[in-house]
Amino acid sequence: MNILALILLMLGAGAVAGLSERIHPAAPKWISLATFIVTLTWVGAFMVGGGYANQYIPWIPRFGISIVLSMDGLSQLLVALTLFLGIVAVVSSWTEIKERPGFFQFNILWVMAGVVGVFTALDLFLFFFFWEVMLIPMYFLIAIWGHEDKAYASMKFFLFTQISGLLMLFAILALVYLHYSATGVITFNYYDLLDADLGGDIAFYVMLGFFVAFVVKLPGVPFHTWLPDAHTQAPTAGSVILAGILLKTGAYGLIRFVVPLFPEASADFAGWAMFLGALSILYGGFMAYSQSDFKRLVAYSSVAHMGFVLLGVFAFYEVAGSLVVNELAVQGAVVTMVAHGFSTAALFMMAGSLQERLHTREMSNMGGLWTRAPRMGAVTMFFVVASVGMPGLGNFVGEFLVLVGAFKANIPLTVAGALGVVVAAVYGLYLMQRSFQGTPNADVPSMRDFGLREMSVMVLMMAGLVWIGIHPQELLDLSAPVVQTLWVVLP
Amino acid sequence: MTGPALTALAPYIVLAGGTTLMLLAVSFVRRGPVTLGMTLAVLLGTLGSIGFAANAGTQHVDSFLLVDGYAHFFTALFVLAAAATAVLTHGYVDRRAAQREEFYILLLTATLGAMTMAAAAHFGAFLLGMEILSISLYAMIAYPDRERAPLEASIKYLVLSGVASTTILFGMALVYGETGTMVFAQALGSDGSVLLRVGQGMILAGLAFKLSLVPFHMWTPDVYQGAPAPVTGFVATVSKGAVAALLLRYVATTEVLSLESLFFGLSLIAVVSMVAGNVLALLQDNLKRLLAYSSIAHMGYLLIAVLAVASAAGTEMAAETGMVYLVGYFVMTLAAFGVMTVLSADDDVEDLADYEGLFWRRPLLAAVLAGAALSLAGIPLTVGFIAKFYLFAAGVQGSLWLLVWALVIGSAIGVYYYLRIVFSMTKQMEAGDETAPTWWGPATVVVLGAAIVVMGVYPTPLIDAAREAIRAFGG
Repeated sequence: MNILALILLMLGAGAVAGLSERIHPAAPKWISLATFIVTLTWVGAFMVGGGYANQYIPWIPRFGISIVLSMDGLSQLLVALTLFLGIVAVVSSWTEIKERPGFFQFNILWVMAGVVGVFTALDLFLFFFFWEVMLIPMYFLIAIWGHEDKAYASMKFFLFTQISGLLMLFAILALVYLHYSATGVITFNYYDLLDADLGGDIAFYVMLGFFVAFVVKLPGVPFHTWLPDAHTQAPTAGSVILAGILLKTGAYGLIRFVVPLFPEASADFAGWAMFLGALSILYGGFMAYSQSDFKRLVAYSSVAHMGFVLLGVFAFYEVAGSLVVNELAVQGAVVTMVAHGFSTAALFMMAGSLQERLHTREMSNMGGLWTRAPRMGAVTMFFVVASVGMPGLGNFVGEFLVLVGAFKANIPLTVAGALGVVVAAVYGLYLMQRSFQGTPNADVPSMRDFGLREMSVMVLMMAGLVWIGIHPQELLDLSAPVVQTLWVVLP
Repeated sequence: MTGPALTALAPYIVLAGGTTLMLLAVSFVRRGPVTLGMTLAVLLGTLGSIGFAANAGTQHVDSFLLVDGYAHFFTALFVLAAAATAVLTHGYVDRRAAQREEFYILLLTATLGAMTMAAAAHFGAFLLGMEILSISLYAMIAYPDRERAPLEASIKYLVLSGVASTTILFGMALVYGETGTMVFAQALGSDGSVLLRVGQGMILAGLAFKLSLVPFHMWTPDVYQGAPAPVTGFVATVSKGAVAALLLRYVATTEVLSLESLFFGLSLIAVVSMVAGNVLALLQDNLKRLLAYSSIAHMGYLLIAVLAVASAAGTEMAAETGMVYLVGYFVMTLAAFGVMTVLSADDDVEDLADYEGLFWRRPLLAAVLAGAALSLAGIPLTVGFIAKFYLFAAGVQGSLWLLVWALVIGSAIGVYYYLRIVFSMTKQMEAGDETAPTWWGPATVVVLGAAIVVMGVYPTPLIDAAREAIRAFGG
């Protein structure tokens, strides 16, 4: 499969969509939708065929930089998720965006192209390149089409990501240079750098540079403060993309880069990382409970869910005196990433639909909405219980695997993480109760229920969660080879 | 002087000869478009003669000039920047000055001075180039004779730049007194006596003034603000670029930074410039002043390349970094001032508030300015990222950790105000229907904007050109 062509197609479609606004105001969204459907079909067909795509094109030979794109199971999974949520993002903003629809779709397609690049790039320079390519369109999405406090939120988002990105660039260069001074070969290729043998102390600091960049994106406490603002102020499609996809790039970075490149340093740091994970789970949960803003609540719940990823990826445990990567927990983290992508995207879409209809996100202005819009109520109920972690749905599988795996590594932190599941039930049901149940609020105007357009994507996401919940094996098989290569025995 | 040396000097001869011809021509034909056409023809001829001159290889013109690939590289850069400035000026200066023809002649002499500095191998050439450039600039800054601000800026620049020149001259005298030579290659002497150190320190301080490095930066915001927008762009690029090119060669040839006190002092200046420039830029509401402080920071970044000369990174990597960085800096700075010039055709548009909603009023210009701002911030897809990447690489390779950290911190602060520019352009405003009075201004700006992206995505040709140019550098 030609991954570069896939990315260029998305970039090109973005440009076309941007210009098509002049022909008809509705043209951009159709072009955007068509692009996501075509690319998803393309990737889907490739996945069904099975296999491994790889591309290599020299780019800047001066520094040993090439375009290395490859798609193994994990990448396929995340790229497919990305493209699917692209459809969701376009559909969820179908009627919301009235100003500059062309530039809006341009940004959506470019941010998604950047994400596909991030999930497939195996050259560290190229990876960083795409890492930043996703940033600017996302900034525009928040800064132009965001809500009342968009200037502050977009700036905060940009600063956090950019500064952590600079740290990562620094770390990448340090890694490359250390490899260069050891071998005399200057290269940014992932596979070459995997063999880099760094001294203990330096490796630790270089690892930390990557770790901070990814944890800011994830986000983990204490680097999460950009997230509630950015998610709340972003337009619906922006929130869907942010929560569904962009957070996953941080998780992906931890799995693809931090652990394999620095196994020993990661194992040394594992205790702290797991602690941050457990802290994120609990802190995110408590903060979610104390929100009165629908979107902000969902945003904080993302912090909690991503805490499980952090907990899982770093759950190194001891076997016969050596530390090994925890396959079960990392697999759980991958499942959590996908399941959270669906459930949170759906909840943000719901928040957006409510805001579009009621012009408020405050739950105190809602109440009893189920009677006015039963379909929306049922859909919300489904995704709330999914995100709470009900057995039979995807999120449960992910969190369960993480907790089972992490139990072998650190019991107190696992217990703390498990408590987070209880907190999740509290804020989830609280959300449901305040918005859709209870006495109907007389001030709330009558509102349109979900139509065919919204229901169709919602049903697809429900089906996805049920499928992962009941039959997660296929998903686990996709990511298993990647996770198993991480399985290195450390002294 | 030998035949090959004359061949190597072709660009200088073409430009000097062309300028002289133009002096005569404007006495007879005083029509803007014609003068502009002649200017561009002279610049184009200069550019074309570089290929011819390169045939002669590296040529020492006595011990005065060293015309090599490095000098040719910068000649090409300065000439292109001058051409862009000439086109942008057309339609700007003629509304502000009674006589516009002489402006182009000053532009050409300034370029000649800059070219001389890039090839200087001797204190004489150093001073000659610098003064040709500076004196032309005094007049260019004050050129709009219907306004007060340019005059004020010019006087400020004249006085302070004069002080810097005399400082350099004094330094040269001290160095000459100690070593008995004015040739760069022997200007370090052997023992590094106190007088020699003081002399070299004064030369570096004077150059730091011309590069507007902290604490010699006081003139920058006022001069940037007062000067006409296209001239500000020229001062920011060609004037500073020429000094930087000279500084790089000077440091590489004299090995002056092997004196630890000077290395330490220059490092300190670099760090303070990066931080102070960025912090002060945060407080600006005037785009010209903002870019002035941003240029202070950028010259601080550039010092990483200069300091890398004396580090483990080595002279070649350092020179390559400096060249790539300056190309990037030229393109993005000219693009930013170019947009400002095009918008300021009638009245000066300098306040950040005036740029609100530009994305919806003038999408193309706004896109270029956004590209320039993001490039200055060092975001990938732009040449600014490649430039910053080079600095990182040189800094890490040379183990200049303090400087790299300052670069990280400075860039992090910088993101905020560059983004402010972009954000204010996206603010919603009613769409007006503005059209440019000219087509050539916007066209130049769009070419610069395209260059930012093309060189950002595919920098290999640029890198190759720089490496080709420095094959015999420092020798």
